[in-house]
Amino acid sequence: MVNKEKLLELLYLMVKVRRVEECLLEIFAGGKIPGFIHVGIGQEAVSAGVCSSLNPDDLIFTTHRGHGQALAKGIDLKRFMAEIYGRQDGFCKGKSGSMHIASKEAGVVGSNGIVGGGIPISLGTAFASMYRGEKKVTVCFFGDGATNEGTFHESLNLAALWNLPVIFCCENNGWAQFTPQKVYMKVENISIRAESYGMVGLTVDGDDVLKVYEAAGKAIVRARKGEGPTLLECKTHRWFGHYAGDPQKYRSPKEVEEAKGFDPIPRFEKFLIDAKHINADYLNTVEARIKSEIEEAIAFAENSPMAGAEELFNDVYA
Amino acid sequence: MKETRYIRAINEAMSEEMARDEDVFIIGEDVGGPGGAFGATKGLLETFGAKRVWDTPISEAAIVGLAVGAATQGLRPIAEIMFIDFLTICMDQIVNQMAKIRYMFGGVYKMPVVVRTPCGGGLNAGPQHSQCLESWFAHIPGLKVVMPATPYDVKGLLKSSIRDDNPVIFIENKTLYGMKGEIPEEEYLVPIGKADVKREGRDVTIVATSRMVHQSLAAAKVLANEGIEAEIIDLRTISPLDKEAIFKSVEKTSRLVIAHEAVKAFGIGAEIAAMVCEEMIDCLDAPVVRVGAPFVPVPFNLESLYLPNADDVIKAVKKVTR
Repeated sequence: MVNKEKLLELLYLMVKVRRVEECLLEIFAGGKIPGFIHVGIGQEAVSAGVCSSLNPDDLIFTTHRGHGQALAKGIDLKRFMAEIYGRQDGFCKGKSGSMHIASKEAGVVGSNGIVGGGIPISLGTAFASMYRGEKKVTVCFFGDGATNEGTFHESLNLAALWNLPVIFCCENNGWAQFTPQKVYMKVENISIRAESYGMVGLTVDGDDVLKVYEAAGKAIVRARKGEGPTLLECKTHRWFGHYAGDPQKYRSPKEVEEAKGFDPIPRFEKFLIDAKHINADYLNTVEARIKSEIEEAIAFAENSPMAGAEELFNDVYA
Repeated sequence: MKETRYIRAINEAMSEEMARDEDVFIIGEDVGGPGGAFGATKGLLETFGAKRVWDTPISEAAIVGLAVGAATQGLRPIAEIMFIDFLTICMDQIVNQMAKIRYMFGGVYKMPVVVRTPCGGGLNAGPQHSQCLESWFAHIPGLKVVMPATPYDVKGLLKSSIRDDNPVIFIENKTLYGMKGEIPEEEYLVPIGKADVKREGRDVTIVATSRMVHQSLAAAKVLANEGIEAEIIDLRTISPLDKEAIFKSVEKTSRLVIAHEAVKAFGIGAEIAAMVCEEMIDCLDAPVVRVGAPFVPVPFNLESLYLPNADDVIKAVKKVTR
């Protein structure tokens, strides 16, 4: 049984991730953020469910669609926002933007713009934990598309072989950029691939935050005990396109509407209300708290200075 | 001083650094029990145990990626990749990850990874096991590229590379593994980024790397009989390039030949020639001449025609001194 405090944390994280990304879409459309961004609206239950099971000193690797995972791991929203704005107070002094956010203090080792690029690196943080006899675990997030990269195969084989304390979390939204899963993969459940590495693999409803939380919790306990890695596939739904502004011409409006039907947030809210953990007023309080956090973060980001020219040459080498 | 082979010097460097720092470990294919494809890690598993020497599957991207991740947590991995040709399989991990993590993430991480790998022809190993790809890596900001030519330099530079907080592509040479040379009994380091004058001379500067250092030394002997005194600069490190050492020598000799085994087109010789032309063309008494391999893959059967050698260096020197 999940305790009430944890249930409320899951709700808060999902709503926060949703509202931050909605806000990012708006700011991006308004031209205040350069480059491109990728939102994972509709997929919040995966970030919240997995990251809520981790300790502060555990480590995660995220992807180009990684805002949710980083926020759920506890990255500071103000510096997160400043980074996306490309400002000096961002976690990476504005050099990384939306796609490469990292926060050493929050255990967000790094986001990766290369599909499947972070998977081999996650072996290394898990290895370091084992090497030093620590109990830290690593979670490596990636999408369904990444599981067709060679790095996925090399890494899962090695992780299973060495019993590394790592969880490979496949956030399966059914789309590899503009191409649906059935076009690029014969199997339906990616988790079955785990078996070929001698690894535990399971598929859960990634839009049910409690199912994700419970499955991730078990996998994390197993990793922490030295019992080896897990491939955890969370099936979820991407509402928006690959990138902010993507007109999704490759996808029917009907399919988008169906995806929205899986919205993990009202589903969980209903569960909490039905179980009398919260009432409708509580939801308003959560929304108000998040709204003020976001406003504060935007003000912080917009007031943060742009990097000076001297910053161009900093940090190429140690 | 003692006489040691190049391959033993590599082994000694790793052994000393592993004894000095528990965060140093070795990872690669056949590096444990078998002691490495060329024997570089021989005995290290026995001395340091399985916690420090890790045999991996044939998975180059996983090897380098694991090293990168471990380095973010403060470990100091030495990854062995059996042939430089195989670095192509893990280029994303090297170029997009290892080289960029520090800059991209605002300087929060150090990246003390050494990727050891042998380059070069001379063993009739064919097109996929004989290349010299140093210029690929020198082109990437964030990487250091080291390419030693002697037992003394390989040991001192490998120790410095292991202690360096930046990623180093450490390029050894297969044909030099058996080469003998003098090294001190006591501990020493050779700094990264410093070229070495392997022979002094007044008439022409030959900037050389790896095996071509020895070909250039052989050429210099022949040239000396004809009254031409060549100064040989062994770059030792490709990136960061020791511009000062090159410029100082060219100021003295006013003539420059660059000799590398890599394909001449788009090689590091082009970078050095351009640098000298941009900044000190007035010092030159002759056009810069490059020695390098032809623009073809390394053939299995015609390797001796392919590989640049001392004769090519002599011809190049004669072009600039006539």
